Amino acid sequence: MPGMVEKRGIGHWMTHLGLILGVLVIFFPIWLAFVASTVTQPEIVHPPMPLWPGDQFYNNYRQALLSGVNAPVAKMLLNSLIMALGIAGGKILISLLSAFAIVYFRFPGRRLFFWLIFLTLMLPVEVRIVPTYQVIAGFGMLNSYSGLIFPLIASATATFLFRQFFMTVPDELVEAARVDGAGPMRFFWDILLPMSRTNIAAIFVILFIYGWNQYLWPLLITTDPSMNTIVMGIKQMFPSGDDIAEWPVIMAASILAMLPPIFVVISMQRLFIRGLVDSEK
Amino acid sequence: MEKRVTFKGWILPLCLLLPQVVVTAAFFFYPAGQAIWQSMFIPDPFGLKTQFVGLGNFEYLFGDRYYRAAFGTTAVFSGLVTLVSMTVALYLALLADRLIKGSGVYRTLLIWPYAVAPAVAGVLWLFMFNTRVGVVSWYLGVLGYDWNHVLNQTEAMGLVVAASSWGRISYNFLFFLAGLQAIPRSVIEAAAIDGAHFWTRFRTIVFPLLSPTTFFLLVVNVVYAFFETFGVIHTITSGGPQQATTILVYKVFADGFVGQDLGSSAAQSVVLLALVGILTVIQFRFIERRVHY
Repeated sequence: MPGMVEKRGIGHWMTHLGLILGVLVIFFPIWLAFVASTVTQPEIVHPPMPLWPGDQFYNNYRQALLSGVNAPVAKMLLNSLIMALGIAGGKILISLLSAFAIVYFRFPGRRLFFWLIFLTLMLPVEVRIVPTYQVIAGFGMLNSYSGLIFPLIASATATFLFRQFFMTVPDELVEAARVDGAGPMRFFWDILLPMSRTNIAAIFVILFIYGWNQYLWPLLITTDPSMNTIVMGIKQMFPSGDDIAEWPVIMAASILAMLPPIFVVISMQRLFIRGLVDSEK
Repeated sequence: MEKRVTFKGWILPLCLLLPQVVVTAAFFFYPAGQAIWQSMFIPDPFGLKTQFVGLGNFEYLFGDRYYRAAFGTTAVFSGLVTLVSMTVALYLALLADRLIKGSGVYRTLLIWPYAVAPAVAGVLWLFMFNTRVGVVSWYLGVLGYDWNHVLNQTEAMGLVVAASSWGRISYNFLFFLAGLQAIPRSVIEAAAIDGAHFWTRFRTIVFPLLSPTTFFLLVVNVVYAFFETFGVIHTITSGGPQQATTILVYKVFADGFVGQDLGSSAAQSVVLLALVGILTVIQFRFIERRVHY
């Protein structure tokens, strides 16, 4: 028997109606961007623009991808991909190693290292932009992938999550490994890493989106349009002054900028939710 | 919390820690130290040497009308973003929780705006409300309302709040829905048998049981509004009109990179640092409590 709290009849349909309305309202800005990316410039600059897609999909996207405004969108997408993969991969790699060291060894200064790493949880890159910019400029890393990636992997969120997970791995596994004569790195590769697969994937999803969606940092250090990432490059496509923006191309670029992270979220929904919940614990 | 069984040796673990220590030292501790150091100096106009002014930058900062205004703007902005995104998310989560089947479908339909970058969200909302070509502003015009966020401070604030809240609804929805689904059905059904209607049940049972989730989301959303909405502000208003949407993070950027006032920008970074510290402490204290709830 169904619970007596669930409404039947009208109440039931009102619930669906409310949710569908919510979905539509949330969906609307994206729909409008998609429509704008399939019509001509005159159709947009003489409002109101149509609310149904036009026939310029191929032309607008081709123009955006191949020539764009300052730099081809295809190049900016590639830059974003490299940056997002670099941030996610780099952070996971250094975090796995340091979490392993902190959990499975006793060595002098262990607590100090732990607290130093923990401290970095607190400070987002937005807060230290000017001095970090000076460091990157000093290293000659402006307009480079390493300049885009390194400052953003200097935080301990992933280290902290892996530490939490390693603490739940049964001690018997270490004992068994030692009885079998396996050294620490063998244990790390053959036992710990395979066990962490799901956690690594979940954190990867979160970090990929985090990296892809960066705005302020790429805005500061990529002055060369061919090094722009897509998320910050869109704003650069707007003309300065009174010129009219090329809306169809800009909106095609916006749609292209959203697709990879949306694809990741939808296709890996389970991992995504898990990563989200884990990373906020 | 400590492991009972560990490996021996100390050279290997130090090597394992090395990459993280090097990256963190070079790109975190050194710049953070620089921010604190620079906040106590002012460079001369030619940038040749600097002069020690102690807390002078801070004194100057808090004496600055625009900086104090940015504090107020940040408070209003983050308060509104938190309120709007959480209210809408809670409403949708309550609806989805009433369904026996199909809440998963709505979850899939509602979570993906999380993936849209704040800067891209800014462009989408700018497009809808653009004073020349925007669809929404055009229809508002038909209804007799003259929308102009380029000149009108309240409308500018409304627009950046809407764009910032929009992408955040997904996140709050996920946590609210999870929180609601964790409330035992039997408790709610018992109340229903006693004749409590939906609103009464919500007020007396559901909302109190949901409070750990709510507190957690409050802190997380305030942090989001403080630091992650730079893209929205920069794409839609660039802090204007008349600095009406200049939040603290935007001001660090505007003074440090556009205005080239390094001492003031560094001092602002230190103030933000203190604010993040406070928020983090609140978050951790609260999480302690959440565990024991």
